Amino acid sequence: MKLTKSILAAAVIAGSLGGAAVAQDKVTIGVSVPAATHGWTGGVNYFAQQAIDRLSTTYPNVDFVFASAPDSPKQIADIEDMVATRNIDALVILPGDPDAMTSAIKQVKDGGKFVTVVDRQLSINGVENLYVAGDNPGLGANAAAYFKEVLPEGGNIVILRGLPIPIDQQRFDGFMGGIEGTKLNVLAHEFANWNRDDGFKVMQDFLTRFPDIKGVWTQDDDISLGAIEAIRQAGRENDMFVVGGAGMQQILQRVAAGDKLTPVDVSYSPAMIATAIELTTAHLVSNVQVSGRYILDSTLITKDNAARFLDADSPF
Amino acid sequence: MTASAPETAGKPARGFRIDLKTAGPLLALALLVLLGITLNENFFTYNNLTNVLARSSFIGIIAIGATFVITAGGLDLSVGSMAAVIAGVMIMVMNWLIPSLGIGWSVVLAGMLAGILLGGVAGVFNGMMITRGRIEAFIVTLGTMGIFRSLVTFLANGGTLSLNFQVADVYRPVYYDGLLGVPYPIIVFAVVAIAGEIVMRRTTFGRHCAAIGSNEQVARYSSINVDNVRLLTYILQGVLVGVAVLLYVPRLGSASSTTGVLWELEAIAGVIIGGTMLKGGHGRVWGTVVGVVILGLIGNILNLQSLISPYLNGAFQGVIIILAVLLQRGRRNG
Repeated sequence: MKLTKSILAAAVIAGSLGGAAVAQDKVTIGVSVPAATHGWTGGVNYFAQQAIDRLSTTYPNVDFVFASAPDSPKQIADIEDMVATRNIDALVILPGDPDAMTSAIKQVKDGGKFVTVVDRQLSINGVENLYVAGDNPGLGANAAAYFKEVLPEGGNIVILRGLPIPIDQQRFDGFMGGIEGTKLNVLAHEFANWNRDDGFKVMQDFLTRFPDIKGVWTQDDDISLGAIEAIRQAGRENDMFVVGGAGMQQILQRVAAGDKLTPVDVSYSPAMIATAIELTTAHLVSNVQVSGRYILDSTLITKDNAARFLDADSPF
Repeated sequence: MTASAPETAGKPARGFRIDLKTAGPLLALALLVLLGITLNENFFTYNNLTNVLARSSFIGIIAIGATFVITAGGLDLSVGSMAAVIAGVMIMVMNWLIPSLGIGWSVVLAGMLAGILLGGVAGVFNGMMITRGRIEAFIVTLGTMGIFRSLVTFLANGGTLSLNFQVADVYRPVYYDGLLGVPYPIIVFAVVAIAGEIVMRRTTFGRHCAAIGSNEQVARYSSINVDNVRLLTYILQGVLVGVAVLLYVPRLGSASSTTGVLWELEAIAGVIIGGTMLKGGHGRVWGTVVGVVILGLIGNILNLQSLISPYLNGAFQGVIIILAVLLQRGRRNG
């Protein structure tokens, strides 16, 4: 008992000394992300935790509150709790459904907190102090540029889309805009829900339906993995190539190995959450100006630069 | 137009009428096949039909288990999540055994055994909570649905569990190869279906299921051990989920938190389309097979045509499902 007390006392003294050293009080940052329902959000959770661990060691006076929510009501409850019980100074949020979350996030902002929104645009402009996102139209456009380059004579392609939400539409529009005026012919596009099993099914049926396919754009690596198995089953690996998106390790390894079926990938890294947490922390501990919009490039990953994107520890 | 079939059949002799009306799901299936043939010439090819049947086999095998559970007046919402967690554990077991057993069939067989065992254990847990714990089946399996789903997310560390590359190559033929041109998943599906039909129609267990589902009190007074029969249906369901996963894992060699999402609803829909009553008391295993094949064909046909916008896929599915059940409505009312 006595021992615990003295440890506590020591901790308090150490804490106040540490605080004095940087001449600043303790700050608390809330981080709210959607639950890991698919590979990409799994990556978001992983990179968020990793950034929090790293920054907690670097800045002992910064506290983090991390919450992962399966749906919007839970995510709203999470951020309400963060404000009410943990007295956060800043909120970093990747809203599962931005439209449903907008007013709740606005309340946090109106309460005088610093708000960082990640990946998904809120339905009202100017709520967030800082916006960090990937480039969805660019993801489509960069993929389209690759198709144009390798199929200059044109050819038949099929598209496997994600879920019917705005992100998917932006990617799709970006791609369709990119191939406008070329001889590339989109035979069909269907939703594969960013899911391997659906990717397999839809691709199997596309292969049944179309005897001549030169290229497949899945805009997501989970869908790609399903589609690749369907193509292997049909024995048509040599007739076409598949371009996904996101930068999943399994696909990157194939790209790095020079696989003909998956020659390239387009990055859309879940690590953007780490970028957002870093910037927000920098703002709170040193008051550097970070407000604004940060759009991370959706880079084309080829055999030559794949090594730069490989990360053996990433679960995504 | 389709709904009028039972009415016109209502006039003739009783025996004939019942014949036509139990054929409701078959009629829906036939119409769907006709639609497929008119929409795309590749629909009625051997390759396409085996594709659809092979990928329907997971849901099909699970739905046969669900037919017993539902016939006995129960419900199991956990099957989709259970499939995911079994797939995850199977992959982990196989990866873990490679150093001691080496790359080969022994690893795969050990994985299969682990999968079936885990399915049985999960079934025992569901069944014990429902029959001994006296908790509503809906609540128990809603709870285990969440538990299993989180477990697989936890095991996969939020990402994806992948089977060792070389073992995946050994295991792969289980989904992609077959006997005399018939893929193994279809063969297993057929064997389970025939066995299920025999158990439901010809064994005491099958009759007890129907008796309990139609009136639990009467069944109890008829000295049927209601709790044990119910428990058995959940164990059977768990084991069949295990069997389905044995066929699922070799397809993509991976499991994640998205594996098996909504399979429980697809299985239940297949059972009901097939003519089993949701409130229990009457089960038709062959009907379930037809129901699951109908669901599989709907998805296939939607991908083979370009008349219906992909935005309307859900609506088309809904219409077909309601139509298929409507065909049977005529049977009960008319």
